[in-house]
Amino acid sequence: MQPAPPSRQQGAESRKPTIVSILVGRDTRLLVQGITGREATFHTGQMIEYGTPVVSGVTPGRGGSSVHGVPVFNTVADAVAETGANVSIIFVPAPFAPDAILEAVDSGIPLVICISENIPALDMVKVRAHVAARASRLIGPNCPGLITPGEAKIGIMPGYIHQRGRVGLVSRSGTLTYEVVWALTQAGLGQTTAVGIGGDPIIGTSFIDVLAMFEDDPETEGIVMIGEIGGSEEEKAAAFIREHVSKPVAGFIAGQTAPPGKRMGHAGAIISGGTGAAADKIAALRAAGVEVADSPAGVADILKARLN
Amino acid sequence: MNIHEYQAAELLANYGIPVNAGIVVSDPSGASRAFERVAGAAGRVVLKAQVHSGGRGKAGGIKLAGSPHDAQAAAEQILGMDIRGHTVRKLLVAPAVEIGREYYLGIILDREKRGITLMASAEGGVDIEEVARNTPERIIKVTADPLLGLLDYQARSIAFSLGIEPPLVGGFTSIAKALYAAFVGSDATLAEINPLVLTKDDRWLALDSKMSLDDSALPRHKDFERLRDLDEENATELRAKANGISFVKLDGNIGCVVNGAGLAMATMDAVKLYGGEPANFLDVGGGASVEQVTLALELVLADPGVRAILFNIFGGITRCDIVAKGIIEARKRVDVGVPMVIRLVGTNQDEGRRILGDAGLSSFETMRDAARAAVEAARG
Repeated sequence: MQPAPPSRQQGAESRKPTIVSILVGRDTRLLVQGITGREATFHTGQMIEYGTPVVSGVTPGRGGSSVHGVPVFNTVADAVAETGANVSIIFVPAPFAPDAILEAVDSGIPLVICISENIPALDMVKVRAHVAARASRLIGPNCPGLITPGEAKIGIMPGYIHQRGRVGLVSRSGTLTYEVVWALTQAGLGQTTAVGIGGDPIIGTSFIDVLAMFEDDPETEGIVMIGEIGGSEEEKAAAFIREHVSKPVAGFIAGQTAPPGKRMGHAGAIISGGTGAAADKIAALRAAGVEVADSPAGVADILKARLN
Repeated sequence: MNIHEYQAAELLANYGIPVNAGIVVSDPSGASRAFERVAGAAGRVVLKAQVHSGGRGKAGGIKLAGSPHDAQAAAEQILGMDIRGHTVRKLLVAPAVEIGREYYLGIILDREKRGITLMASAEGGVDIEEVARNTPERIIKVTADPLLGLLDYQARSIAFSLGIEPPLVGGFTSIAKALYAAFVGSDATLAEINPLVLTKDDRWLALDSKMSLDDSALPRHKDFERLRDLDEENATELRAKANGISFVKLDGNIGCVVNGAGLAMATMDAVKLYGGEPANFLDVGGGASVEQVTLALELVLADPGVRAILFNIFGGITRCDIVAKGIIEARKRVDVGVPMVIRLVGTNQDEGRRILGDAGLSSFETMRDAARAAVEAARG
């Protein structure tokens, strides 16, 4: 797979490979890092069942074995050399996940998706600085992965709730994303790609990165953005949408009733020092022309009206 | 995890930062004895409430004392005081210091910059968030390259921007670098010295310190568990955490049991949207096994104010029929006593709802209908 050429300059990391349906799809050759772990083995089976081309796995010390018929290697470099893997998904436990990300990036894998949760924030600050200086794109950590319905499922989401269509979805959450996808599918709105960017304070790919890809993707006609309390990425995304996104965007922000100073499950979902409140994010999005729903299912109603 | 001022000072002292060391006491007579040991030549001490909250000064939780008797009297006033919902159980008794100048020096995990940012201001000793709001130009910010760390020139530039005289710059930069080392070494998300003072005899001294530690990094800092103050934390929240459940106590009366953090927040919001008040945030985690659901019910019901329980489960990888069986089994183990409203959707939802129906439990298809029903049920 060749990384797609950059098509716009606004995104913070626009020179990096795009990941929407043009990239995850028929050319994808997936590597599963930590493949012999319980969760990874289960989800490898699920991904294969969905039709994702899983070509190899890595677990240090378990090279030579296989999982669901997928060959396991000791190092990412070996897996790349032997199987041509060009996307990696990481299920490695938090203490070893930063090293796994760096191994994938240093082995030249252009797209790395990290599912692992509870990685120390300062580890991610370092990892992100390293990744930023290289050509790879990191999605996550603490994310459900991404799916291009009917082509490839690279993550832990239930595949069957998705349907191929014309809506691009980007979210910081997991089950809340499934909820919205389900509502979209039931409303007859299929998806081009659904991307979970992760619930941690420091993540590899931002809303803006994915919004730019959806704006450029000819298949995507409408966009859903699911945010939540904590940080100011939604506000930055709103400013980006106002300037650079011509397609209709529907949004939902979770955590309007969350108290300040309390971490709401996700490490990144915390209102602190006066930033991160849901009301501010909703106001910023509305000011940028985004229709913000008062319930997750409401985004389907909004897009249905806007696209028909 | 938040820690007390005196604990933060201990951590910072380990990195070579000069702190105003004192003695921690928990009763008034202890304050009197502490006076004898720390008052020194100046003959005065400061008594400071140790709670996980700001606004201690305004609340009267910080007092000066010039004699053992005064220290005891001040301690009597402060101990047991309520500061923003935190009961004062401990006091730090430290020497009173002749302050020349006050600065602010802090380091944060900077989500915006995705890095580590130092902040400094010549407006020390006041609420820095207020300074940031009203006069942001008075805060100097420098973001370190996480792979290189805080560089000498960066620390120096802060010092010069603050107007610190050349002979004193070296002392400042060594404190800034030590604070950075402490931040990184402790996996902090916040480390601040406010005020960092220059005493009348030109000595640098960290007069007050505050640190928050990254929960995700605690597994590699086993020694930090001793810093946890159980009096400052909600027992139910701790029990939840020990069992892989995220739980946050709120003030309403509708208990929520949800799988997934984002969906759990959205569920609370839905309760509020339809006129109710959520009693808690609860993410039961991925599996929603019988054990997890049982514990979740126990956690929610630990709050006697709960009038109804709203389950919102999206069965993705987890099948709805398994979740339904889990709810029924959990209900046998826990004396629920309040109405349960269940919304179950996703994989095998029809089978799941049939199982619930057979057990006399109604279930809903949409979050909206379930939230409305829960609000209704809580009104009784």
